[in-house]
Amino acid sequence: MTDSRTQAGLTRRSLLAGAAGAAGSQAITGFPAILAAEPVTLRYLGTAVNQSGDIARKVKEDLGITIEYIPVVTDEVSKRVVTQPNSFDIVDSEYFSLKKLMPSGNLVGMDARRIKNADKITPVFTKGEVNGKKIGDQGTAPKKVFYLEGQNSTKFATSPTEWVTLIPTTYNADTLGIRPDLIKRPISSWKELLNPEFKGRASILNIPSIGIMDAAMVVEAMGDYTYPDKGNMTKAEIDRTMKVLIEAKRAGQFRAFWQDFNESVNLMASGETVIQSMWSPAVTKVRSQGVACTYQPLKEGYRAWATGFGLPKTLSGRKLDAAYDFINWFLSGWAGAYLNRQGYYSAVLETAKAQMEPYEWAYWMEGKPAAQDIKAPDGTVMEKAGSLRDGGSFEQRMGAVACWNSVMDENTYMIRKWNEFIAA
Amino acid sequence: MSLASERAMPVPAAAAARPAAAPGLAAQARRQRRLAYWQAAPLALVFLAFFAVPLALTLMVSFWEYNEYEIIPSFTLQNYADVFEGCFSGGDLCTTFRTYLSTLKFCLLAWAFTLGIGFTVAYFVAFHVRSSAMQTVLFLLCTIPFWTSNVIRMIAWIPLLGRNGLVNDGLMALGLTRAPIDGLLYSDFAVVLAFVHLNTVFMIVPIFNSMMRIDRSLLEAARDAGASDWQTLWTVIVPLCKPGIAIGSIFVLTLVMGDFVTVGVMGGQQIASVGKVIQVQMSYLQFPAAAANAVVLLGAVTLVIAGLTRLIDLRREL
Repeated sequence: MTDSRTQAGLTRRSLLAGAAGAAGSQAITGFPAILAAEPVTLRYLGTAVNQSGDIARKVKEDLGITIEYIPVVTDEVSKRVVTQPNSFDIVDSEYFSLKKLMPSGNLVGMDARRIKNADKITPVFTKGEVNGKKIGDQGTAPKKVFYLEGQNSTKFATSPTEWVTLIPTTYNADTLGIRPDLIKRPISSWKELLNPEFKGRASILNIPSIGIMDAAMVVEAMGDYTYPDKGNMTKAEIDRTMKVLIEAKRAGQFRAFWQDFNESVNLMASGETVIQSMWSPAVTKVRSQGVACTYQPLKEGYRAWATGFGLPKTLSGRKLDAAYDFINWFLSGWAGAYLNRQGYYSAVLETAKAQMEPYEWAYWMEGKPAAQDIKAPDGTVMEKAGSLRDGGSFEQRMGAVACWNSVMDENTYMIRKWNEFIAA
Repeated sequence: MSLASERAMPVPAAAAARPAAAPGLAAQARRQRRLAYWQAAPLALVFLAFFAVPLALTLMVSFWEYNEYEIIPSFTLQNYADVFEGCFSGGDLCTTFRTYLSTLKFCLLAWAFTLGIGFTVAYFVAFHVRSSAMQTVLFLLCTIPFWTSNVIRMIAWIPLLGRNGLVNDGLMALGLTRAPIDGLLYSDFAVVLAFVHLNTVFMIVPIFNSMMRIDRSLLEAARDAGASDWQTLWTVIVPLCKPGIAIGSIFVLTLVMGDFVTVGVMGGQQIASVGKVIQVQMSYLQFPAAAANAVVLLGAVTLVIAGLTRLIDLRREL
């Protein structure tokens, strides 16, 4: 209903918008709010990770588009896309969710020709490569779900087409976070998560589809079993993985499980846990509280994830144009630099590089010691001069990816087993 | 209010006892009954729209099939089979029974503690505090914690009970323990503590209400007849508080049975609860499976309530 009303008012409003644009938007501040808010509003559904007020402000400044964030948790993003496809104008979703999002037919293939920097998107997504070197592709690697066979197709294409499922926003390589001050020895393998030495002081995340991947990394590191594909286990493999987890839980290995970002920060900062699955900005946040915390690179490699922009099938007219404008803006550098400075990686590296100071680029992307203090986007000092990024350069970190977050074919069975694990 | 309802009680009883004498009177009675239906209609409609229909839908969906991204309207019992998978094969307890057993344990513990504390507090305010102004003040004091959200009241325990929290630091400073006690947080203890903290007020209010309705001359009579304080408490006050206790118990039991936030936060997500199972399934779009679990939970809660009302006839006591 709201949609049709907007459509009806379109001509009049766009005329007004044109007039306002000509008069200069600053000059009309005395007008009612409806006029001041005249430029398109995009309802941006996603996890809070990428939804920063700074980005929304900058978009407003550069394009005049108002971004209205709808922050929810990862699982809720997929739920919304499937059950309420008209409740947002642009979605920032994880690639692994695509296996359940695309068959619903609620998202549309994006026209790569309308994305200016489409050919500059890092080959991590398009080919699964870093600097020409193949990286791990177990699980839902973005390259497997990057292209669609046609604009309205629900099938993923095996070779590049002009229809893209999601235009990447951020991605990263996840590993274990540790408290070096409490562990007091080097940690180099995923198997340490279940080492009885850390009994009652370890944690794993309680998001089944990601938690089981971390568990699989541990099982492989212990030398128990090598999975053909950790991201797509058979029932027997799920049973085997869960058995290891349940035994550890019954032995009192875990202090707690965590489900959201802040829980993981609190567990680590308060010393309840000394080793746990963690996300990069959470490690940064623990450190900013003055507590030593390392995002420990491990020899078995990283578990990677990636998110990107998708468009609902019902989007049309000015909103559709605005969505493409916004995505083009997002890839044009400012946002990429903003995300890189938080320890994520941006989709188009060269445009982001142009927006970063050389010393920042050297620290975040090249793994070099910080030439001067590294500051967060809000100006607070994150790292002192001379410090190194955990895990090193982009090539070292993304190049060592072992698997990607995923949705398994046996997902339903896996969820049931996970509930069993929680109840054990 | 209590007086009014007591006085109102005998009237319908008398009306029912009166025989239908004249046909004119019968017509009037019929009209009155029709009027009564009209008066009940708004609430009935609200119940229908917001209770009966959603419940029927839940029941219906619990028999549907589903995949990763859609629910398919075709009849299946698979969801219920999944809920009770491995439950009747002997050996280890299945997930569902284990979960319900753990929930039941929390129910009993939370119920026992809230009842004990709630009854004591209500008894003190109702019988030991003489001035009614003071009674009101103390009663309101009990409700003050409700001015903050229950999540905050729960989370407030975490810095207190943690490994390096206030309690552990205090105990160690006093030399009572040498190493921090891990079991204070993320344990059954923490969960029960939070439940008692959050829910005691639901016991206090109805029990206090029942106590205030006890005719004080009954207590005097008991004393005159030579009853000791304990005998008065056990044979006069407790039986007369039964409705309050029953209502409070229903509140506490249903709240604890359906809870998953408290168990999650205070149990460090390591302790299963039925609500959590349902929530996980919902977030993975397994609505029919979640619906089946919800129906089973509803059945379990209904059984508990039915048991309680067996013990105490609420409608008669009110």
